[in-house]
Amino acid sequence: MKEREIAGKVLEFDDENFMVNYKDWDASIATALASEEGLQALNDRHFVVLDFLRKTYEEKGTGPTMRRLTKESGVPTKELYALFPGAPAKKAARIAGIPKPHGCI
Amino acid sequence: MSTEILDQPVVEKEKAPEPVKRVSIIISRGTLDGVYPGLIMANGARMEGIEATVFFTFFGMNAVLKDKMDKLKVATVGNPAMGMPTLLGAIPGMSAFASKMMMKEMDKLDIPPVSEFLEMIEDSGGEVYACKAAFEMFHLKKEDLCPQVKDIITIGDFYEKSAGAQIIFT
Repeated sequence: MKEREIAGKVLEFDDENFMVNYKDWDASIATALASEEGLQALNDRHFVVLDFLRKTYEEKGTGPTMRRLTKESGVPTKELYALFPGAPAKKAARIAGIPKPHGCI
Repeated sequence: MSTEILDQPVVEKEKAPEPVKRVSIIISRGTLDGVYPGLIMANGARMEGIEATVFFTFFGMNAVLKDKMDKLKVATVGNPAMGMPTLLGAIPGMSAFASKMMMKEMDKLDIPPVSEFLEMIEDSGGEVYACKAAFEMFHLKKEDLCPQVKDIITIGDFYEKSAGAQIIFT
């Protein structure tokens, strides 16, 4: 656990750099975290994914699987990989301020 | 006499292990439990940003045949891991029943049917290939294969495409 200043706020992060308290999150934090992940800017489609992740986490206590994410958020697999290049599940969870996803799918 | 040699560090500094960058997964079996592990590994690799190639051969070809891919079964006979007595497992419909139950449990975990899984793998940038020898041996036609199959390739092509990859046989 460590504290860091992001977008003017002091936030707690776990050892793998995921936010500890998802309620501390806001859009400016997302933008700052995104730039740490190598994303230049976040657009509406990024936020569709981030909002869906946060909503699922709030309701179920865990982030969605990739399959549920692509089926229910309306962002298809191809687009998801384009929006969050590399490791989309982890990257999106990190930017959304929720813990590391635990699903295998 | 010089002490120079002794002054040099004896043990090399340990390097952090190289992360996996590419995997090449062979799926050679055609049962439900023979096909899924490879698909989960391929999809999981893409989720981690690892390049993935999947190569289907022998009865594993069933997983890329339009007519068969979503009707794979688990063996209830000759499968001691199932914990079912052989004679019971031999009852007609038992394999279909057990497979259905397994699919239900997998669906709860969000594991998709084979056809959808292959779509996910292709959409995420994974590549799917079928084995030429198996294709000819089973007298298949191109139109029998699902659209995700990028090409029908020889084992030589497979090794070429696996350059720099970890090869995983399932």
